[in-house]
Amino acid sequence: MTVQQPKPSRIDWITLLLYYIFVIGGLLCIYASVYKETNPNIWDGSMNYGKQLVWIGISSFIGLMILLIDEKFFYAFAYPIYGITILLLILVLVAGTTVKGSSSWIELGGFRIQPAEFAKFGTALALARFLSGYNVNFEKDRKIQLLSGGIIILPMLIILLQNETGSTLVFTSFILVLYREGLPGWILFVGFMLAVLAVMALLMPPIYIIIGLAVLAVIFLLLVRRTAQLIWLTFGVVILAGAMVSSIDYVFENVMQAHQRTRINVLLGKEVDIKGAGYNVQQSKIAIGSGGVWGKGFLQGTQNKFRFVPEQSTDFIFCTIGEEYGFAGSLVFIVLYMILLYRLLMMAERQRQKFNRIYGYSVVCILFFHFVINVGMTLGLMPVIGIPLPFISYGGSALLSFTVLLFIFIRLDANRVNELRGAYD
Amino acid sequence: MNNYAKQRTLLLIFIGVALVYVSRLFYIQIVDTSYVFYAQNNVLQEQTIYPARGLIYDRNGELLVYNDAIYDLSVIPEQVKNLDTLSFCKVLNIDKEEFINTWARLKRQKGYSPWKPIVFQRQITIPTYAAFQEKLFDFQGFFVEVRTDRKYKHNNAAHVMGYIGEVTDRDIEKSNGYYRMGDFIGISGVERTYEKELGGIKGTRYVLVDSKNRTQGRYKNGEFDTAAIAGKNINLSIDQNLQALGEALLMNKTGSVVAIEPKTGEVLALISSPTYDPNLLVGRERGNKYMELLKDPSKPLFNRPISAPYPPGSIFKVIMSLMGQQEQVLNQNTTYGCHRGYLFVGCHAHGSPLALRGAIAVSCNAYFCQVYRSLINNPKYKYVEDAYNQFYKHAYSFGMGHALGIDLYGEGPGVLKKAEYFDKLYGRHHWQALTTISMGIGQGELGITPLQMANATAAVANRGYYITPHIVKRINNHANPNPEYNTKHWTTIDTSYFPIVIEGMQDVIEHGTAYIAKIPGIEICGKTGTAQNPHGKDHSIFFAFAPKNNPKIAIAVVIENSGFGATWAAPIASLMMEQYLTGKHDTRKDLLERMLKGNLTHRNDSTTTKTK
Repeated sequence: MTVQQPKPSRIDWITLLLYYIFVIGGLLCIYASVYKETNPNIWDGSMNYGKQLVWIGISSFIGLMILLIDEKFFYAFAYPIYGITILLLILVLVAGTTVKGSSSWIELGGFRIQPAEFAKFGTALALARFLSGYNVNFEKDRKIQLLSGGIIILPMLIILLQNETGSTLVFTSFILVLYREGLPGWILFVGFMLAVLAVMALLMPPIYIIIGLAVLAVIFLLLVRRTAQLIWLTFGVVILAGAMVSSIDYVFENVMQAHQRTRINVLLGKEVDIKGAGYNVQQSKIAIGSGGVWGKGFLQGTQNKFRFVPEQSTDFIFCTIGEEYGFAGSLVFIVLYMILLYRLLMMAERQRQKFNRIYGYSVVCILFFHFVINVGMTLGLMPVIGIPLPFISYGGSALLSFTVLLFIFIRLDANRVNELRGAYD
Repeated sequence: MNNYAKQRTLLLIFIGVALVYVSRLFYIQIVDTSYVFYAQNNVLQEQTIYPARGLIYDRNGELLVYNDAIYDLSVIPEQVKNLDTLSFCKVLNIDKEEFINTWARLKRQKGYSPWKPIVFQRQITIPTYAAFQEKLFDFQGFFVEVRTDRKYKHNNAAHVMGYIGEVTDRDIEKSNGYYRMGDFIGISGVERTYEKELGGIKGTRYVLVDSKNRTQGRYKNGEFDTAAIAGKNINLSIDQNLQALGEALLMNKTGSVVAIEPKTGEVLALISSPTYDPNLLVGRERGNKYMELLKDPSKPLFNRPISAPYPPGSIFKVIMSLMGQQEQVLNQNTTYGCHRGYLFVGCHAHGSPLALRGAIAVSCNAYFCQVYRSLINNPKYKYVEDAYNQFYKHAYSFGMGHALGIDLYGEGPGVLKKAEYFDKLYGRHHWQALTTISMGIGQGELGITPLQMANATAAVANRGYYITPHIVKRINNHANPNPEYNTKHWTTIDTSYFPIVIEGMQDVIEHGTAYIAKIPGIEICGKTGTAQNPHGKDHSIFFAFAPKNNPKIAIAVVIENSGFGATWAAPIASLMMEQYLTGKHDTRKDLLERMLKGNLTHRNDSTTTKTK
């Protein structure tokens, strides 16, 4: 059997179309967010959209290259690519440039790149390769589970050392991939409940939560058939939850950094910080809220004109959508994004190769996580964590890495038909 | 759960989040209209409320420093629109070139941002302010901020109070962005040390301003505003009357006076001469005046009492007497003869031989060279280095050779060498008492600041301990919280060795070298010093405390290049002690007159190079 180059018709055109809608739409938003009627030269940042255009060109070219590469390349080189991204991450620690408090940048001949962005697809490839190996049973084999966790946690640790909390958190989205590959659902549920408990512990004294849990446990035990085992189990859960709730304050006060505490307190409404995190969110909400149903129109956003929303072209780009295109525009954006995620989910599920499927799920989950955090942050529903909105936000490293992430999957998917033919010819 | 169900679960999570976000958008974009109000034609302006800087009083509650209003013209560059440059320049009384230059300068400033307020012109005059207020609506983006600058009620204690000035880039960086370009910060003296207490905390007011720069109201009813917290008031330990008298006495002389209350370590007077009028360093002309003072060859900005080391001369004999007793090489009956000197160290004519008390009274050089020799060649120690290190330890315990930790910047450590220094100079074990004999009479490798002299006097007055000298007595009517300023630092000398030395010091006043300093009815203990130095004529030095029992004041006076300790330093110290203890200083009119009128500025050609 000879390897055939995929014909263009096998490329998933819907995904490609959505990609270009987002990228071009993003460019317009970046233009709007740095647009200036008078004295355009006061703002050297007005070059942002020009730079982004160059990055779109570079990304398209690299995307095309990826589509032309043999799909076996990604399987074969999954580990080396992962290794290189890890090396780059370590290199940043040693020789990185510090931008806004996070030392996650490398200067390469005038360009600044952020290896943490590239670690995402590096990790996705390595995880897919590892779990798709022969005799690998993620559901049953404890060793496999631990090693998979290790593949994900290693880059997280290094990125955390670079003070990039946002990028670190992105890797938690892999837990959804593991869920698809056999991680029991109750772990997701427990994780969710722990998060709820943690937020509650920050809002009220732990003793109330412990009392509440105890009451719930008693009611539970009254309602079910009590066996000794079940009673002990319930007892244990309450003790553990109580311990966690009591220790959360300590972690919050002693482990987290001051700015992170502020962001969380602002989100929970315990602290008003109109200059820092609170200011960004407040201004972002004003910008979005003033958009109304139809928005103020392209380049008509007043909040944007007065530069009230900081970081508008990067982390707070969704404000521009909300202000200039209103509820209607925001709705269209969210629906389109959901279509993309749905499409990718369908594509992932139709793969015959385990490697392709796992990689596809990684892409979906990463894109979903970015969406949740970024949009939630501008709406004041999530803490201020500086991660970009995929394809829309200004930033070369981010655009390039999302492009590579997505196009590798498009390339893998394009070969689906060939596999079919190979199998039955 | 099968794979299909898992895929559905993920999809449900996605859709759930999307629904939450869409409803949130629906709420803030369509249901809640308040955001439209904040955004529509309104812009948010952040106004800084400057707190009043804390006032400074003397120890008796006399006001020394207060605040005076000044007006700064600020601008938010982003909001400047359709500016009529010509009429703007006319109101401000500047030409077009200066206008353009100012803009260029502002943009170069670190942290410049077109939507943040920045000071366009500092401290505009009141007529300009009035003219500007009238035309404010024509100049969109500009507004006037009211701030305060310092005013000094008396022209005294410039070196103590220091001055305030605009923050530097480094201050801004260090403060994590608390200070803004153009803010005031304490640059020297108490203003600097107590910047946190005096400065207060800035407040912020958020107001909505329409496109015509008219205030429309508070943002969210002031929910985000923070009130300014006024700076704390400070009471110095300085006695204004004593300080003023001291400065008058040192007029036209170069030197220092430090007076300390021995029981508390509170500095009663800290005088550096020549000095300057603190009111020079306020207002628009601050920069120019500062440069003038900096270039003045008499160095008025140099804070002599805390940073200039002088050879202590004979006043060091007091410390020598205490060390000798502690090391058991001297007691009150030890007698040495004097034949107008000891080897190459000369001495004046006086009775001989003398015991300790008499030797202090007449300040016999030979006697104390013998004491130094027996200290350093003490058979108790195998090596000369060990014996010398005892000497070092004792001197150090009186506060010599290190900065004491007064609450002022620029305190110097003085000069006190360790044995290693002489080892390097002469080789290990290759030196002995005679090599460094001049230290026995307070010359040679010894340098003591007037503050250290006064502190050592206080330690003698307290019979063995001192409290770190400090300038600030109370902050907001609470005692200075620094624990150092409430701790007894014991010297390495046993209390029982002090009385005989103090008797000798009283003899100095009663019938010794400083008879001129005697005040009827007050028991003063002191010691004169005449310090040879490479800069010209001897320095006149005197330190004393009074009354002998229950001392209220310890004082050190240094008058540079003016001769014997008894000629200038002792009378000045005497007049100041009288002022502090009795409230009067004019009982000895002739002496007062002579001291006030004494002009030493022309007597020594090398005055301009006397301090390094």
